[in-house]
Amino acid sequence: MNSKQSGRRRFLKDSALLAGVAAGAATGMIRSASGQETARETMDWKVGYQPDVPEDLRKYGQPSRYGTLLRTYNPARRATDDMHTPIQDTMGIITPSSLHYTVCHGSAVPDIDPREHRLLIHGMVDRPMIFTMEDLKRFPSVSRIHFIECAYNGSPPERKDPDATVQRTHGPTSCSEWTGVLLSVLLREAGVQRGASWIIGEGAEAKMRAKSIPLEKAMQDAIVAYGQNGEPVRPEQGFPLRLVSPGYEGPHNVKWLRRIKVGSQPFMAHADNPGHTALRPDGKGRWFQFEMGVNSVITFPSGGQRLSSRGFHEITGLAWSGGGAIRRVEVSTDSGRTWKDAVLEGPIHRIAHTRFRFPWSWSGQEAVLQSRATDERGDVQPSLAQLEKVWDVNRDYWLALRNSVPQFNPIQSWKVTKEGSVGNAIWEA
Amino acid sequence: MPSGRRSLLLLVALAGCVAAQAQTSSYGIGRAATPEEVQAWDISVGPDGKELPPGSGSAKDGAVIYAQKCAACHGQNLEGGAGPRLAGGQGTLTSLQPQKTIGSYWPFATQIWDFISRAMPPNFYNRPVPPDQKLTHDQVYSLTAFLLYRNGIIKEDEAIDAANLPKIQMPNRNNFVPARLEDVLDYRGKRACRFGTCP
Repeated sequence: MNSKQSGRRRFLKDSALLAGVAAGAATGMIRSASGQETARETMDWKVGYQPDVPEDLRKYGQPSRYGTLLRTYNPARRATDDMHTPIQDTMGIITPSSLHYTVCHGSAVPDIDPREHRLLIHGMVDRPMIFTMEDLKRFPSVSRIHFIECAYNGSPPERKDPDATVQRTHGPTSCSEWTGVLLSVLLREAGVQRGASWIIGEGAEAKMRAKSIPLEKAMQDAIVAYGQNGEPVRPEQGFPLRLVSPGYEGPHNVKWLRRIKVGSQPFMAHADNPGHTALRPDGKGRWFQFEMGVNSVITFPSGGQRLSSRGFHEITGLAWSGGGAIRRVEVSTDSGRTWKDAVLEGPIHRIAHTRFRFPWSWSGQEAVLQSRATDERGDVQPSLAQLEKVWDVNRDYWLALRNSVPQFNPIQSWKVTKEGSVGNAIWEA
Repeated sequence: MPSGRRSLLLLVALAGCVAAQAQTSSYGIGRAATPEEVQAWDISVGPDGKELPPGSGSAKDGAVIYAQKCAACHGQNLEGGAGPRLAGGQGTLTSLQPQKTIGSYWPFATQIWDFISRAMPPNFYNRPVPPDQKLTHDQVYSLTAFLLYRNGIIKEDEAIDAANLPKIQMPNRNNFVPARLEDVLDYRGKRACRFGTCP
């Protein structure tokens, strides 16, 4: 039955191909009717071939040498290989694995042989367990689209420069399809004991970075992921195993995962504190914030870009929330005086980048473009003025502050000048 | 049998399997970890310090180790360099350039032990470290004592061990929100505050 079907399918495919060739030939004839010379030039141009590519690279497949997208270094942390995703150039909602942002916290990417790798689950469990990669792949699996975002994405120092691009201001967020086994499945396998309320996840790199995570989150939707965008997780993203804690600040997504311990209180690893606590203006530290707030940013037109001409331009960007699905994105083209709903590209995934689009006709006058997201819980992305009111600080505070601020998600403003150039205007709006 | 009904039956059978598995909590995948394996891997030291191993050390011993293994990055006077500053910073937390050091910011003395033992000296390229070059437990206690002493938290001749380290009151311990670790999860449940939504 199968061979018969595939035979028929092949026939259909061949027919379609033939039809395509016929259509191409027809186009060629029309072109040649309008001028033989032009048609030949077009054809010559089309038959150019890629320069020699080594066979192993050919087997994997390489992007075109024209317009390859690239990450940029975070200028403040270049020594540690921290890189930002070019979100002004990526399309749709999936970040290509090669372009996923990286923050490695003073550790080079470890080279781990998956045959040697083990995951230990222990602590307040009935049965401490060790799993090989083969074991983990035998469990029922899930594939889910989630963003991972640096807790310090969009922090004031990253937004200070009037020439800042969106890659600089918002580049440390990326969205992948993660495949793996739900951590809840593994924890049930080990048998979590009564009274447990926290876990700690730990990496296999020399620094053995670790982060405490509430057990409730671990049981809810955390994934022990071995797949990213259809292939094994990239080494710089945690190969062979990454703990994905959807929507939680970056460090909860432990790379090179090798150990999970269950306990009854936070373990106070370096990444718990002092690593990821927010310092309030009064000097108190707010620790354990977990969920990234609702956020959005226009990626076109954005800092450093240029509008080629007056007339139609599609404003587009990304919205995301650590608290669930994006329900609404509004766009303003007049510095926040009026807002209109943008179109959300579906399907909308929970705790994932969501693409929004907004048709706009540029009159050639100066314009300030903003986006404002609302998530399914009704949380609305704050304006900078709203944040300042809550914090009881003035604008100069952010500009003078030398330290990074986690969870800083105010509305971003891009100013389009009469000449069509686009710049960072968050501090003016 | 129509394939629709067959797959329905299969589905019911599968559901039965899953339910049975949920009860016994076992797919039978993976193996039990031995107590020795767990002990060898378990390097986490929580704020109550119950995981701390035997051993002890004082600031005097720690000063020698610090000069050999730490000063190159953290500075002769703990002022920082390639690595972060390890002392001082008191009174800077409300300024526009806050310095989060052990003395000015860290809430638990056990964290110093945990971090040194797992991550110091740094091994950026993840190279294998010969066992004789790893810090011993006594050395980690000594360095911890040295850092506590240089931050004005203990005396120079005070020996630090598993019993007294968790009891040391750090200067900035009561400067966090919410104050009690027990309240962190409650606090979150009420969704009272994130940094972005309240100060």
